[in-house]
Amino acid sequence: MMMYLWAFIVGGIICVAGQLLMDKAKLTPGHTTTILVITGAVLDGLGWYEPLIDFAGAGATVPITSFGNSLVHGAMAEAEQHGIIGVVTGIFEVTSAGISAAIIFSFFAALCFRPKG
Amino acid sequence: MKMKQKPPLTDAQRTYQKFAAKDEPQSPVLLNCLKAFLIGGSICAFGQLVQDFFVYNFDFNEQTASNPTIAVLIFIAVLLTGFGVYDKIAQFAGAGTAVPVTGFANAMSSSAIEHRTEGLVQGVGTNMFKLAGPVIVFGTTAAFVVALIKTLWGYWGG
Repeated sequence: MMMYLWAFIVGGIICVAGQLLMDKAKLTPGHTTTILVITGAVLDGLGWYEPLIDFAGAGATVPITSFGNSLVHGAMAEAEQHGIIGVVTGIFEVTSAGISAAIIFSFFAALCFRPKG
Repeated sequence: MKMKQKPPLTDAQRTYQKFAAKDEPQSPVLLNCLKAFLIGGSICAFGQLVQDFFVYNFDFNEQTASNPTIAVLIFIAVLLTGFGVYDKIAQFAGAGTAVPVTGFANAMSSSAIEHRTEGLVQGVGTNMFKLAGPVIVFGTTAAFVVALIKTLWGYWGG
């Protein structure tokens, strides 16, 4: 049960960080999410994102920062096996589910729905 | 949404900007943050629920379960976008719906749906990544640089 509380709190804090970037720094949502993704990648490079996932579960894996984290993770895992080439071949290894799901579902949504408003 | 290179402002434009800034409604930062916290936190807590469902009912562990979890959240977000519900929540929640992976799915599906009338290839195919593209481009590039540095670090020292 504690896991849900921490997921809520940590996920909420990451969203507040995004909101502050939008309100205070006057960034567009596109810039905000881009910055968060890069932050996630750098944090994983420093080895700080994995402990956060252990601690907060979905609170750390659901925000877009985890996308950057997973990209680095996939690249590193392949790099350990195949050397430097693995950085390029493995980069989408872990995030494949997210990207392909988003593409496939979005495509079918475009077939099924009409624009609103 | 697009950032254009702005020409330098003239003096008259600057004076106008100062004048207009006085009457701009102050965006209530604290309230926005509270909303973002509550909605964003709820989405993550719901994600935890889905993740636990995968851990207990299927052969996933804590690490591998995050992938199907994200796929489920994306599916729900695309569905809500299609019904026009997601945008209503997003107006209320701001970054609370933009920052979780659901916002990424919303950006993709809304551009896909919006450009459907222009055809499947020219409309849906071309425009699907219009809003979500930067996240993938910069995420991939940043991840490449980070992973490269880490790998080289491993070879030569560290």
